[in-house]
Amino acid sequence: MSRKKSKKSVDKDGLRADGRKPDGLRPVKLEVGVLGNADGSAYIEQGKNKILAAVYGPHELHPKHLAQPDRALLRCRYHMAPFSVDERKHPAPSRREIELSKVARWALEPSVFLEYYPRASIDVFTEVLQADGGTRCASITTASLALADAGIPMRDLVVACAAGKVDGQLVLDLSDVEDKKGEADVPVALMPNFNAITLLQMDGQLTSTEFGKALDLALDGCRQLYTLQKEALKSKYIAVKEEVEE
Amino acid sequence: MAGDNTYKDNDRIYATRVGLVNYDRRNIHVTALKAFYVPCVGDTVIGRITEVGIGGWMVDIKAPSLAVLRASDVLDRPFRPQRNDLPSIFNEDDLLIAQIVAYDRTRDPMLTVREPGLGKVTHGLIVEITPTKIPRVIGRQGSMINMLKQETGCRITLGQNGLVLISGKTLEDEQLAAMAIRKIEKESHTSGLTDRVTEMVRKEKGGVEHVTKEK
Repeated sequence: MSRKKSKKSVDKDGLRADGRKPDGLRPVKLEVGVLGNADGSAYIEQGKNKILAAVYGPHELHPKHLAQPDRALLRCRYHMAPFSVDERKHPAPSRREIELSKVARWALEPSVFLEYYPRASIDVFTEVLQADGGTRCASITTASLALADAGIPMRDLVVACAAGKVDGQLVLDLSDVEDKKGEADVPVALMPNFNAITLLQMDGQLTSTEFGKALDLALDGCRQLYTLQKEALKSKYIAVKEEVEE
Repeated sequence: MAGDNTYKDNDRIYATRVGLVNYDRRNIHVTALKAFYVPCVGDTVIGRITEVGIGGWMVDIKAPSLAVLRASDVLDRPFRPQRNDLPSIFNEDDLLIAQIVAYDRTRDPMLTVREPGLGKVTHGLIVEITPTKIPRVIGRQGSMINMLKQETGCRITLGQNGLVLISGKTLEDEQLAAMAIRKIEKESHTSGLTDRVTEMVRKEKGGVEHVTKEK
């Protein structure tokens, strides 16, 4: 870029490096039912993030000793493709990916009626094809959509979004650059119908008032994404309906 | 009152699946647009043998758990492991039409094949659809299924678990019925479906006959 790079991540007009307002989301595209072989699937593009989610089940669980007598087991896998980042990532699950798999499971578990299907398992796979910050949130949002697409009974969709602090300014939905040079990052997952937070993490340092503001910002972002999520679920069927009844 | 595919929380009723809402006098139901099969006693299902055990078979009926078919159910005499060769009766990957005789949360579903019309599938075409759309394939008082049987001349067996067996005189007939069933699945949430499917089947049938005439 020929333009002189500003030191500040938010310029004097209050816009961020990619032209967003501090409380703006990146452009989001959601699609449902993209994979034919999975029981349910979804795809998200959020800024430069590209993530696929696939759901299988509920089905017979192997190995059997993991089965729980009173409910189904939800297994999550978060994985980044080797080509998803600038420098090739080793394809084996890293420490970070194992943690995020667990975090995604914790975020999704409260939303699914697991107790309906004892001894069974529901498998969720999220594959990050291209990463640009905030993949844990985007993958939770997508995984929840894929669960709904698989026809698994759920209390509500789970939607996740992060807020954080960059150069002393609170911003919504951090990109990779902002995340790296920022001071703090607060990923939040929400079930909007109940106003129930299913995931809350914080990385970095914030004062308690800043934290409150960042949380509100993130929750607001979640609610915006929630409407997009619901639209994506419906659009698959509405498209067929319009095609037939035109 | 919360009906199928819904649940109640703080006097509000929410849907648990994507679907179409129905209100009858006191209940709210959601007809799911996509779901998986949950076994129910008395259902006829189509399944595939996944495992031949010592005293019976494990059958995949597309449900959250595998179903069991006991050897003593198939043989009308007492079962003797030494004498009876189970793989010769049903082997792995065989398809079965069976009925569910017992199921609850604590046990795997149990099957029987001792009713007329049940047993091994020997020929035909299998189409898999979402189980919630089976009622749509049947239609109001069987209007859809009867039309399909009449127009295509195929025998159609519906498994409540979403598998449909079509057996007809020719492969073309079977494929036509399969096409119609897939169309029903895709467009189940639209109105005037029976008429549209009838129209499609008649048109396609005409097409097929036309081609054979040209030859």
